Amino acid sequence: MDALLKVDRCTIRFGGLTAVSNFDMSIGNRELVGLIGPNGAGKTTVFNMITGVYQPTEGQIFLSGDRLNGLKPFNITAKGIARTFQNIRLFASLTVFDNVRAAFNLHLKHGPLHALTRGPKFKREEADIGAQAMDLLKIFNLDRFRDVMCKNLPYGDQRRLEIVRALATKPRMLLLDEPAAGMNPTEKGALMTLIEFIQEKFDISVLLVEHDMRVVMGICKRIYVLDYGITIAEGPPDEIRRNPKVIQAYLGE
Amino acid sequence: MAQVILFLQQLLNGLSLGSIYALIALGYTMVYGVLRFINFAHGDVYMLGAYAGFAITNVIYRFVPLDQYNAISRHTFVPIFVCTAIVMLGAMIFCAILGMSIERIAYRPLRDRPRLTVLITAIGVSLFLQNMTQFFVGAQPQAFKQLIPVRAIEGLGDLTVLSSQAAIIISTIVLMVFLRLIVMKTKIGLAMRALSVNPTACSLMGVNNGLVISFTFALGSALAAAAGILVAMDSPSITPLMGNLPGIKAFVAAVLGGIGNIPGAVVGGLVIGVLETMVEGYGFPQLRDAIAFGVLIIILLYKPTGLLGRVEREKV
Amino acid sequence: MSRARTILGIFLLFLFLFALTGERPFASHLAYYYDILINIGINVILAVSLNLVNGYTGQFSLGHAGFMAVGAYAAGSWSEHLSPGLVNFLAGSNGVLTFVLQPFPFLQPFAFPTAVADNLALIVATMFGGLLAALAGLAVGIPSLRLRGDYLAIVTLGFGEIIRTLILNIDFLGAARGMSVTGRYTNMFWTFGFAAVAIYVVLGLVNSTYGRGFLTVRDDEVAAEAMGINTTKYKVIAFVVGAFFAGTAGSLFAHYAGFLTPEGFNFFKSVDVVVMVILGGMGSTTGVILAAALLTILPEVLRALAHTDFVPAAQKAIEGVIPIHLPPLQGLLENRLILYSLLLIIMMLTRPQGLFGDLAGSRKRVTSSASK
Repeated sequence: MDALLKVDRCTIRFGGLTAVSNFDMSIGNRELVGLIGPNGAGKTTVFNMITGVYQPTEGQIFLSGDRLNGLKPFNITAKGIARTFQNIRLFASLTVFDNVRAAFNLHLKHGPLHALTRGPKFKREEADIGAQAMDLLKIFNLDRFRDVMCKNLPYGDQRRLEIVRALATKPRMLLLDEPAAGMNPTEKGALMTLIEFIQEKFDISVLLVEHDMRVVMGICKRIYVLDYGITIAEGPPDEIRRNPKVIQAYLGE
Repeated sequence: MAQVILFLQQLLNGLSLGSIYALIALGYTMVYGVLRFINFAHGDVYMLGAYAGFAITNVIYRFVPLDQYNAISRHTFVPIFVCTAIVMLGAMIFCAILGMSIERIAYRPLRDRPRLTVLITAIGVSLFLQNMTQFFVGAQPQAFKQLIPVRAIEGLGDLTVLSSQAAIIISTIVLMVFLRLIVMKTKIGLAMRALSVNPTACSLMGVNNGLVISFTFALGSALAAAAGILVAMDSPSITPLMGNLPGIKAFVAAVLGGIGNIPGAVVGGLVIGVLETMVEGYGFPQLRDAIAFGVLIIILLYKPTGLLGRVEREKV
Repeated sequence: MSRARTILGIFLLFLFLFALTGERPFASHLAYYYDILINIGINVILAVSLNLVNGYTGQFSLGHAGFMAVGAYAAGSWSEHLSPGLVNFLAGSNGVLTFVLQPFPFLQPFAFPTAVADNLALIVATMFGGLLAALAGLAVGIPSLRLRGDYLAIVTLGFGEIIRTLILNIDFLGAARGMSVTGRYTNMFWTFGFAAVAIYVVLGLVNSTYGRGFLTVRDDEVAAEAMGINTTKYKVIAFVVGAFFAGTAGSLFAHYAGFLTPEGFNFFKSVDVVVMVILGGMGSTTGVILAAALLTILPEVLRALAHTDFVPAAQKAIEGVIPIHLPPLQGLLENRLILYSLLLIIMMLTRPQGLFGDLAGSRKRVTSSASK
């Protein structure tokens, strides 16, 4: 299988603390993969490492063969990895619509001078971006909130808006950081359907970091389990469910 | 040999200047430690310390005209020491109250706001203090009356050590020792250290955070007041704007030492003081005031944590 | 929008024709009000450009006066050393314009050739000043924009002071003695013209998908980077554009006041502009324009008030109640910094979004008009 994302024996240390050690991961095209582990296992650190927020101390990361080490987060997004955040990070002073339009900045063909001359090319592109943003919002049923300040949205909608915003960067791979956090069982059910839908509709790979076992086991085809920064298991949900190491990590002795 | 003497002389002048910066820098660093913000008005507390000392000295002169003593000797030591101590303590108490009031009125209501909001308020407080002082005492410099007779100490060969310089260095050492004892050995010092690590956990452990913050402001402001009076002993002309440059230089000192770090502020202050006198003494007097800014820019670009600071990562 | 543009156009055309007449003879009767108007124009340029940095991009700069100084001194020395030749070539007794206009004696009383040459000299000098200031902005911006919040504020303050210290030590620029600018070319047309350009550029930038990048940097840098936005680039652009307009304001000031001192560009000058931005509401161009006008007029009003009979009477009344001998109360009213400091503190405690922060035409329009 040709890997879309390949993490090759990455280690990351903060001072004396090894947060993640010798981490290997390989995700294929159109694959939906889960990354689980107890609190403080290093899941978010892996995310931050892939997206360039932290640089791995050792090891390499590739996206379709392109090395990602040393790139800034915005470079990595440009290569096709988009993400959401565990603690929602929307652009608080912008409307729902503008949050999504802001993410189109990446593939923009006009620059500051076009913005000042406001020629036909600029107007056409702006109209096009507006239409695309609306289409995305419609898919996620957020179009009715178009002109609402995003901080005034209900919590669940804020989470979904973050996903919409990430999709607006036209990624090949979407990283979701605990999207189910703070949701009730009904909402979680809806979220599971939504993630599967996104994967198919946009034809992308998804890496899901999640705390909630039911969500991960329900939709992921393959799961990585981290504990104290070390991968303790990897495989399909059924195998993971029965793996004694995983049970021990979650339930203790 | 003359070169060595010259160098030692510059070093000594630098240390006495640096002591002043260190005393002011402590206030910046302690407030930053507990509140994570730059108390822009700290330089003006130092200025008001000098003015408070000025007023107290004028009162003392009605009873003891200190300028009758023209040397420190066995007979004059006691009255000079007692009067100076009264002036110093009076100004320190005044500034401690002032610092606590500023925090209460202007900063406390903004506790959960963005840091920039508090910084802007602090700039406002700084301008307010300067200009109100200017309104009350006028913009022209005032002559601080003599507390100790400024004479060269004898018996040091070619090295000139003024009694005021000796007073600055000795007072600074005494104050540092006191501060060290307070921070390391008392309960409130422990609370200060705890607060700087984690305010929420600290208040959950039953610490009254508001009280500790008030105390920190009082302590920092008192040290600034002492600095104000020590400076006035050496160069007895005081103005309402005298706090601006030393304030910023002391801030640079705090950053240089690693902001939030108490020994760091002292080291930073001494380094800045020595650098300034060296640059001035070796032929570039006009660049003296730009040195601190240059140091600040270099430090922030290449080692933003300062000499003794530790790294803080933003959580994502 | 288009009607506003037409009105602005007619207004500027009127000022342009006015400028071509040499303007000053008309202004001499009303010199005081003319002076205030020019100062409003210059302050609007300063405040609107600083608002791009402090308001829209969320980078708190305290060094705007430094860039203004670069523009003022650069443009001033350009005019002192290079412009006279140009003016003479155009409008001297054997100049090109004088020759061309000879057949039209009725234009003579308006000093037409001189006015054209002066205006040309001003625009060239101002562009030069703006470009040098932009260069300074780039030099300052690239290293310091790695810093955040209060650190950036202090570093920009430091850069402002370094620029001032440098000028103090350059003999060519008059050092502490100050520098005269003989060509007092500034007029209403160019002042308000540059103000209009500054407003147009800032609003034009911010009202586009490209410019929304500035706002994302302000709101959340980490999220902006994750959306593929090069935050450093945006910060540098905001800094350079802001510095450019500060430079043009400096040039207009130099050619208006006719005399420059390093003290005129100290920290307090930067504070003036910051107060305008904060009073107007960071990120609200309309508010900032109003605040700039208000804060130019208010000190004048207070100064006028200080010299009425009311103040000594009030002083007597106060001293009658509390037995303290106060210094003359005029001092309180004449010192603009007391007003500014109180404004800063009260605004932050009660309305951190600024006085005009919630008015229509500020944030809401900025974020949604490009789609219409």
